Amino acid sequence: MTTLHLINKTPSESTALGDSLATLSEGDALLLIENGVYAAMPAYAEHFTRLPRTIQCYLLNNDALARGLNDLNPDFAAIDYDGFVELSCRYSKVVSWF
Amino acid sequence: MSDTKKSFLIINRKAPYGSSAARDALDVALTISVFEQPLSLLFMDDAVLQLLPDHQATLIGQKNLSANLSMLEMYDIDQLYVCQQALSLRGIRPDDITLNITLLDSQGIASLIKQQDHVLSF
Repeated sequence: MTTLHLINKTPSESTALGDSLATLSEGDALLLIENGVYAAMPAYAEHFTRLPRTIQCYLLNNDALARGLNDLNPDFAAIDYDGFVELSCRYSKVVSWF
Repeated sequence: MSDTKKSFLIINRKAPYGSSAARDALDVALTISVFEQPLSLLFMDDAVLQLLPDHQATLIGQKNLSANLSMLEMYDIDQLYVCQQALSLRGIRPDDITLNITLLDSQGIASLIKQQDHVLSF
């Protein structure tokens, strides 16, 4: 049973990012949406260095482009809305952190 | 209208788009400028993210906030300040910002607040 974790807050806006990272299981995935995409700025890379290799990291590309973000953390795969739907179906649960 | 002038400072602390805070602050700034009151804008915490250029906000069905910020000077709102520490925490270089803006440390922010008649937080 794997879980897709959605984060929609910036690292300083709430404890959502830290709380979710602390509760990930092997094989889970992390998807940054809305203001959550700021966590993929290189300055925040340290948050993700201790994640197990089996955790896939994604970000919603439209939310990143809307905010003028580029040159983001290469550990995050940019996905579109269809990819969001696909991920939601692939994992058995979706947990939103906000 | 009375000739009395009061100085205003708007403190922005929220990222763009995730909430209406950034847009609300801008609306209030324009309103204050209509009444020709001395106005300063300070960006700290996540609000420094508003200053990144090249937003493509239509991709998420919103209006481009950075375009509006760049028009502030046209409304004689040119006292713009940004928290230095908030920039460096997020790896944003002052050169990344296309607005004409003054960097302040905490002490500078303290004296900016001290100088004002009114301070509004968003």
